[in-house]
Amino acid sequence: MTPEELHQRRDKERAKRSTEEDHLLCCTAAGCLSCGSEDVLHSLRDAVKTTEANVRVSGTGCLGLCSKGPLVKRESDGAFFGGLSPESAAALVPGRADLVDRQTLAEHRIEPTTPFFALQQRIVLENAGRTDPERIEDYILADGYEALSKAVTEMTPEEVLSEVKKSGLRGRGGAGYPTALKWELVAKQAATTKYIVCNADEGDPGAFMDRSVLEGDPHRVLEGMALAGYAAGASQGYIYVRGEYALAVQRLEKAIRQAERERILGNRVLDSAFAFQVDIRVGAGAFVCGEETALLASIEGRRGEPRTRPPYPPERGLFGKPTLINNVETFANIPPIIRKGGDWFSSIGTERSKGTKVFAVAGKIVHTGLVEVPMGTSLRTIVQDICGGVPGGGKLKAVLTGGPSGGAIPESLLDLPVDYESLSKAGSMMGSGGLIVMDDETSMVDVARYFMEFCMDESCGKCIPCRAGTVQMHDILARISRREAEPSDLEMLAKLATLLKETSLCGLGQTAPNPVVSALRYFREEFDEKLVKHPLAENTSRTASERRE
Amino acid sequence: MTPSTDSGSRKAAPASPKSKAIRDNREKMLERSMSRHAYAGNALIEVLHTAQELFGFLSPALLRRVASKLHLPPSRVLAVATFYNFFSLKPKGEHTAVVCLGTACYVGGAVDLVQKLEHRCAKVGATSPDGKVTVQVARCIGSCGLAPAVILDGQILPRVTPDQLDAVIDRILASPEAAPADSASQ
Amino acid sequence: MSVKTLKIDGEMVTGRAGETLFNVAWDAGISLPRLCHVGGLSDVGACRLCVVEVEGQSKLAAACVTPVEEGMVVHTNTERLREHRRLLIELLFAEGNHVCSVCVSNGHCELQDLAVQLGVDHVRLRYQHPKRGVDATHARFGLDHNRCIFCTRCVRVCDEVEGAHTLDVSGRGASLKIICDLGEPWGQSETCTSCGKCVQVCPTGALYLDGASVGEMEKNRRFLQYIVTAREKREWIRKG
Repeated sequence: MTPEELHQRRDKERAKRSTEEDHLLCCTAAGCLSCGSEDVLHSLRDAVKTTEANVRVSGTGCLGLCSKGPLVKRESDGAFFGGLSPESAAALVPGRADLVDRQTLAEHRIEPTTPFFALQQRIVLENAGRTDPERIEDYILADGYEALSKAVTEMTPEEVLSEVKKSGLRGRGGAGYPTALKWELVAKQAATTKYIVCNADEGDPGAFMDRSVLEGDPHRVLEGMALAGYAAGASQGYIYVRGEYALAVQRLEKAIRQAERERILGNRVLDSAFAFQVDIRVGAGAFVCGEETALLASIEGRRGEPRTRPPYPPERGLFGKPTLINNVETFANIPPIIRKGGDWFSSIGTERSKGTKVFAVAGKIVHTGLVEVPMGTSLRTIVQDICGGVPGGGKLKAVLTGGPSGGAIPESLLDLPVDYESLSKAGSMMGSGGLIVMDDETSMVDVARYFMEFCMDESCGKCIPCRAGTVQMHDILARISRREAEPSDLEMLAKLATLLKETSLCGLGQTAPNPVVSALRYFREEFDEKLVKHPLAENTSRTASERRE
Repeated sequence: MTPSTDSGSRKAAPASPKSKAIRDNREKMLERSMSRHAYAGNALIEVLHTAQELFGFLSPALLRRVASKLHLPPSRVLAVATFYNFFSLKPKGEHTAVVCLGTACYVGGAVDLVQKLEHRCAKVGATSPDGKVTVQVARCIGSCGLAPAVILDGQILPRVTPDQLDAVIDRILASPEAAPADSASQ
Repeated sequence: MSVKTLKIDGEMVTGRAGETLFNVAWDAGISLPRLCHVGGLSDVGACRLCVVEVEGQSKLAAACVTPVEEGMVVHTNTERLREHRRLLIELLFAEGNHVCSVCVSNGHCELQDLAVQLGVDHVRLRYQHPKRGVDATHARFGLDHNRCIFCTRCVRVCDEVEGAHTLDVSGRGASLKIICDLGEPWGQSETCTSCGKCVQVCPTGALYLDGASVGEMEKNRRFLQYIVTAREKREWIRKG
């Protein structure tokens, strides 16, 4: 496909759409699918057949409000409908309002002006509710592959790189390394064979942003990878997808086939001299493979054990060749940056954290789901205003960010703006973007124990501090939970935390103590209260337990 | 991933002429998967995925065949197969119940569900003595909006309570055999 | 080849580009504690005992996998490092079943020697008492999993020097295990050449010569140096 053909295709699709009366988009992401959105979709399609109306019915990516699934969006007025049964959904088709009474439909209706939708700003998720992830025409209609076409016809690789640099984009996988710096490192390597790897091994329990992007907009990730390949001089890409994400794999496979058929990917990308192809590698259930060197080992068919760096993957990565690794959300940000320019992107967000961030909000919260907000939005806005706070009048106690590598942010710090620096200053980290809300019934000791158990189970076992240290830390936390531990155990817990942080080989071990350290920092009294005290020590620790009363 | 055959192949093939034919076909499919990767050692994980999809679990004989075809030391194949949670070296029960232990599910009470399954069926990672149910846990299946979630034979059961789970187990244990239609519909 | 000058514990030392801190320190007479590193095999940086402080770096560096750089200022024996190393040794003792008094390697054990050297006189952690077995099926060697510390020296020597790759590690985390082939008893292994190199590189009494009694298992791994030197100089190729 030449760039001209791409534009023709888009105009043709646009003309076709202008004749349609309405467009009903039913969420077909994993969350809604498991509440029966497939039946809703079928019911909509059947209902359309019974009317004269020229209405388009599509599946679409995650609409965000997972707790109200199955969700349908009506394009004509932008309204959402949640908790639909196949029967009630059919009434959304123009001319079939006779199927249920007006009252019933109104109960399902969610206005686009509700804070959940109105307070979000969508870049990465812009196509959720606009396109059908299984149709490349839909993506093209939404200006898809426009950035790639612009890059290969009008821009040099250096110009693509400088646009990314201008945007100030930082890696969305956790640590926030500037994306352009990484790209530059790979671009300046002399090797003829280089690789682009997309890390889709989203393993943080409680995080499902990358899954939604892969399921809802797979072409966007492919386009981002191709742009990276163009800028860095690589012609082969790999997407390493978590084994649990079968639907994402399926949609990606379909998207790759479509893009290859249209000659958007392949030997001549959009009729240019640039070649790029993408292969999928399916993970097999190991959290540690989210660590980049472990991920590469896994693609090479070996045990997913991290190795020491340097050399860093941009110098020696996959099969010993220079390799650029970014995560799904990072790649998903690239096409709009190239399309609209780096300056546009850097106007969003804060001084040092640009753009938006997608969060998966779950736990004790009214609206569970996906939220995309500009960097710098406060946690309170996300949790209270957008997601409706704790249900049933419970009291919010803390928000966990960053999963097993992050930490708890207490209620008192909720006005913290979310960006890389402020979160790590508060003892947590951005991580990939999972936010778990805890109410006052949740025991922080138990949460710390839970995450330590996770790290213990997921430790690859290569280095001593992580393999044996997580076992010991878990042992102590379990004894504290059971009220069998003494104050000296708490001291040892802190010692082990420092050991793991300072001597572990990879990020998993180095960050494994974070949830414990942050729980001790903000909720120390919950630990003290559970310790077995010697009779003489009774007086000194009374204050802690009194405070809790 | 390669397209799987009918999931009746999850069960160990009984010695009937028909299942013999299926078995041969499966070996051919495994061979095809290896040749598509040019018998490269770095395709080990892909090949193990295919092998497990076809045969349900990775038997020593299967691992040995993969090792020799891919020219890998047997110990390396076992080392890789035991590293990843997905690969199972033991046959699974007729039904598989996976409890999600992601943070949202954990906070939502998934531990009670695990206890219920352990009490009624088998310990985590094991199969009940009658071979009916294999109990597993997962580290977040990414359906946090539906917490706590259980996956029964590939179907997500959203917002499960221990009582609901009880009823589900009753239903499974009551069925004399996994109905053929049941497994074909997956 | 360019030469790098650096400072280790106040001494000016030099090393070639690409050489590791561990080797340069070794040549300067500083022996860092280690359990996974052994000269002649690849380095994995797994035991973390050789971690050192490098000025200007917030993270500690494992000396065996850190290349020397010009102007580095390295401290190898600070109180912080000694405390970390002690705790690492304690973790190993608590993780396996290390009963020196009945061990074939008593008195010749690298783990025991390090514990003495670092002053680990008691273990402050809970012993895990794992149930691990002993594989005594091989005619000449034994493998006591209870004493294994997963340094993977045996796995590496079997693969890199002997070329048999009989041994590998199965499982992960706390359930790691050294395996032969597909988990068969060692005596039935089809790939083992019975060369015995794994026994000689094992730092503890996990691998031993059959028939060795308490304290008798002295190991000698000088053979590695011969083989590696011979390989480098291509001495095994018949000349003429």
